[in-house]
Amino acid sequence: MSTAPALDEKIKTVLRDHGRLNKDAMALNPDADLYQAGLTSHASVNVMLGLEGLFDIEFPDQMLNRSVFSSVQAIRSALLELGVAA
Amino acid sequence: MHQPDRLRVGIDLVQISRIRESIATFGERFAQRLFTPDEIAYAGAEEALAAERFAARFAAKEAALKAFGLSHAGIDWREIEVLRHADGRCSLRLHGKAASLAGAPLDHETALSLSHDGDYAVAIVTALQTEPITTHSH
Repeated sequence: MSTAPALDEKIKTVLRDHGRLNKDAMALNPDADLYQAGLTSHASVNVMLGLEGLFDIEFPDQMLNRSVFSSVQAIRSALLELGVAA
Repeated sequence: MHQPDRLRVGIDLVQISRIRESIATFGERFAQRLFTPDEIAYAGAEEALAAERFAARFAAKEAALKAFGLSHAGIDWREIEVLRHADGRCSLRLHGKAASLAGAPLDHETALSLSHDGDYAVAIVTALQTEPITTHSH
């Protein structure tokens, strides 16, 4: 799978703006656990809405679960599945 | 007889000012993505109380996901609805996938309590199942 560095940067920007993490979102490893980094259920909603606005997409029901927002790479996989360009 | 899975509980705490920020940032989309039309009508009826009402309802949905073990199931928040009764009591109604996965418990088998003080809203959900819940989460 492509590591999609440009996409990861956009994801991290949304995490920085909406994730209220306890560490620097821009320095996150792709596999870092976002819940361990302080992502709350409400902040994950904000991240979802931020991603939906940025990429003009809507996460379907089956993606509205904790694992999809658990790491940068998990979010990247979901976005690629939704047709977002890497 | 010990039946550990019959009685489940979930709790969630939400900071009201963060909900207010979300409403300011995302506008109507925030409410429309998370809440049913009836929930939006109730919360929006008094603008000064909207954020705390949305916060308590969001906490209730998250508490319900925990109580029913559905955090990983992929549930639309609108499928977990907070009903407010004439006497002020609140209860849960589940729809769609949330209802089918949770076993569509009857109203009297679940209980919901909401509270808020200052900048925080909290919700607790208890669920007494007629059959053991098979989906597990935290």
